[in-house]
Amino acid sequence: MTALLTVSGLSKRFRGLKAVSNVSFSVPEGRILALIGPNGAGKTTTFNLIAGVFPADEGTVTLKGTRLGGLKPNQICAAGIGRTFQIVKPFGALTVEENVVVGALARERSVAVARAQARAVLERLELADQAARPARSLTLPDRKRLEVARALATRPTLLLLDEVLAGLRPTEVDRMVEVLRDLNRREGLTILMIEHVMRAVMALSDQVVVLDHGEKIADGTPAEVVADPRVVESYLGAEEA
Amino acid sequence: MPIDYYLNIAASGLLTGLVYGLAALGLSVIFGVVRVVNFAHGEMMVAGMYGAVLLAGFLGLDPLLSAPIVAAVLFVCGWLLQRGVVNKFVERPEHMQFILLLGIASILVNGMLMLFGPDARNVSVPYSFDTVEIGPMLLDAVRLRAGAAAIVVAAALFAFFRFSRTGKAIRACADNPLGARVVGLNIDGLYALTFGIGAAVVGVAGALMSLLVDARPQLAPEYTLLSFIIVIIGGLGSLPGALLGGMLIGVSEALAGFLLMPSLKSLFSYGVLIVVLLLRPQGLLGKRS
Amino acid sequence: MTGRGIVLLVLAGLLLAVAPLVGDRYVVSVLTTVLWFAYVGQAWNVMMGFSGLLSLGHALYVGLGAYVSAALFVHYGIGPWAGMLLAMLVSVAVGTFIGFLGFRFGVKGVHFSLLTIAFAEVARIGFDHIQWLGGSGGLFLPVEAGVSDPLNLRGSPTLFYYVILALVLGALALSRVLLHSRLGYQWLAVREDPEAAEAVGVDLFRARMTAVAVSSALTALGGVFQAFYFNNLFPEQVFSMGRSIEIILPAIVGGIGTLIGPILGAFILTPLGEGLTFLIEAGGLDLPGLKQLFYGVALVTIVVFRPEGVWPWLARRLRLVRQPGEEA
Repeated sequence: MTALLTVSGLSKRFRGLKAVSNVSFSVPEGRILALIGPNGAGKTTTFNLIAGVFPADEGTVTLKGTRLGGLKPNQICAAGIGRTFQIVKPFGALTVEENVVVGALARERSVAVARAQARAVLERLELADQAARPARSLTLPDRKRLEVARALATRPTLLLLDEVLAGLRPTEVDRMVEVLRDLNRREGLTILMIEHVMRAVMALSDQVVVLDHGEKIADGTPAEVVADPRVVESYLGAEEA
Repeated sequence: MPIDYYLNIAASGLLTGLVYGLAALGLSVIFGVVRVVNFAHGEMMVAGMYGAVLLAGFLGLDPLLSAPIVAAVLFVCGWLLQRGVVNKFVERPEHMQFILLLGIASILVNGMLMLFGPDARNVSVPYSFDTVEIGPMLLDAVRLRAGAAAIVVAAALFAFFRFSRTGKAIRACADNPLGARVVGLNIDGLYALTFGIGAAVVGVAGALMSLLVDARPQLAPEYTLLSFIIVIIGGLGSLPGALLGGMLIGVSEALAGFLLMPSLKSLFSYGVLIVVLLLRPQGLLGKRS
Repeated sequence: MTGRGIVLLVLAGLLLAVAPLVGDRYVVSVLTTVLWFAYVGQAWNVMMGFSGLLSLGHALYVGLGAYVSAALFVHYGIGPWAGMLLAMLVSVAVGTFIGFLGFRFGVKGVHFSLLTIAFAEVARIGFDHIQWLGGSGGLFLPVEAGVSDPLNLRGSPTLFYYVILALVLGALALSRVLLHSRLGYQWLAVREDPEAAEAVGVDLFRARMTAVAVSSALTALGGVFQAFYFNNLFPEQVFSMGRSIEIILPAIVGGIGTLIGPILGAFILTPLGEGLTFLIEAGGLDLPGLKQLFYGVALVTIVVFRPEGVWPWLARRLRLVRQPGEEA
């Protein structure tokens, strides 16, 4: 089984504060890996380092054997990584369809073709009936779906999802889980997801990496991780208390 | 004695620069707290100049004495402006705020043009042509007084923010508006107060400036830009920075006007602005965001 | 657009096409001014409206276009049709230089707007001292009465009217094409959220630079027109901050980021300003500044009560465009 994404020795400090410290893990091709941990554990910072938002102080990120260090976010996207934002960032004044068209144009020169692709993606995310509405008028669950749709339209080989299930009702979580599972099973899309909704993590992921205070404290199958005393203490324990 | 000559020019520039710095202080206070960039700042300053001119003309008041009256009037205007219009724009996109204040600036400057006409109006005081000898330098009495008054007002402002209850509340509100709201501070009231203070400060700067320069409406956009240049050089939101920037610009303008051509002196300021924007956009004393 | 909108647009176009045949000299001159502001407003709109870059120094590009073409004509006898190419080139070079500095050094928001003002002001003061271009005394183009020489853009007000009308229609067509292109989508994305745009593969630097280049090139043509229409150029007027504000007015009033907005805005503002001047002069008063005061009031009124501009509101009320959600 080959690794699609390999993160090794990744570190980042902000004003002396260690946000991410010597984190290594790899995402096998065609799998779903969940990145979990309490608030402030460095999950989103790790995402931003992979996505090229800011450079790492130390460590490397490799996609299919190619080093991604020093690339800007748009180049990372071109390399095949699509991402969503934890705090959703729709292009508010554009319609839902136009939002996704912008994503499709990452790999497509023709606007007409990009529009056709966008429609297909919207179908898939059950947003087709909202296509002509301005993105800013969407409800939160629909905005989350739009984030995924827009990232998906860039035709990534690896999808980074930053808490796309947070704030959704249980039925909506189930629908989104279904969509993600489908993308993974049928199209072989590799997914790296930050998630707090443990039910979804258990249902979806093949592998779980746990961060705490910027460091990796566990890495294994969902069942292994949940049984790990360190994880229970730092994260699950705190959650249940 | 060429060295003395330069020293004299630099000292004159420094004194003028203190008044510039005071004007910029007003801009910095408003930006630092309300987070709105006052594009009508120079217009308010020229309004202060005309206030001093009118009070001198009708009541024979020295601008140093009329400055508190001018400050009071501009405080009320600034307070009303924030309460009535600007407050609605605090959460709006930046460009909407600029456009709003550009519109207000246009109303102010053209209103003054219609009221007072394009011709220069001056204030004459008994000591208009007096000079004071300090060491090797010969300085204008008006400039010395204006500079000294600027320092006094700036010091009072620093003291207000440092020691008074209200000043501390305003600072808390600037650091963390949400937190300030949570602990029960009246944010909208403090914003209006701050805008009023900023307007009052620049009004005083205008009154002092009327001792040095004849009032003309055309000065307004120049002073707006000058205030921007100064706060950007000093650091947007930094009060000591504004005063320092003002002195730097005052001295460099005076020297550039003397060494090059007077008409080229502001070119130098814009050059400095561009360099600072590119290399140190947070300004000399500003914090990096 | 709905059928109704298209009919109205075509009607307005036809009316403008025959205006010089039915209107007198005064009407033609006012319409020329209206169209000029509509044109530069459209040019500015490419930067602010499409890609979210607030330039408050667009007088710089008008001035560069005007001075380059006028200098070529006065000193070398090169006509404006050839001169405009160099005018655009110079304007684009300066625009992209400012853009390059701003974007490479990460100058954002208010700081970027101040950078544009600073460069316009530097030009204003600098051109005051270039004697070859007339300095502060002004640069004058030779005027001969009764000459009709369209190749050198010399002729009657009607000629100028049709030239500026063609420019407005050309800019409208270009804006529409650009907005529906890949680049246009990317501009809008950058305007709405630069970080999200970058994450879906948009090269921010490139998108912004192209917006600056297109906008400065278009604006320079407005300057060429101005030079040959008015035949005199003074740095204090051409490059002034006040002029930069006048340029941004039509788009703000009409609707930032819309295609029709800048044109509609110019048709609202200029006639109102002219009417006001006319009334004042008829009353035997001389009130310099009243027109600008009125523009200031218009600006404040619009941003307070109708921040998205008049066109989106009007189009909704009169059902000139399809509402989101209606079948395309």
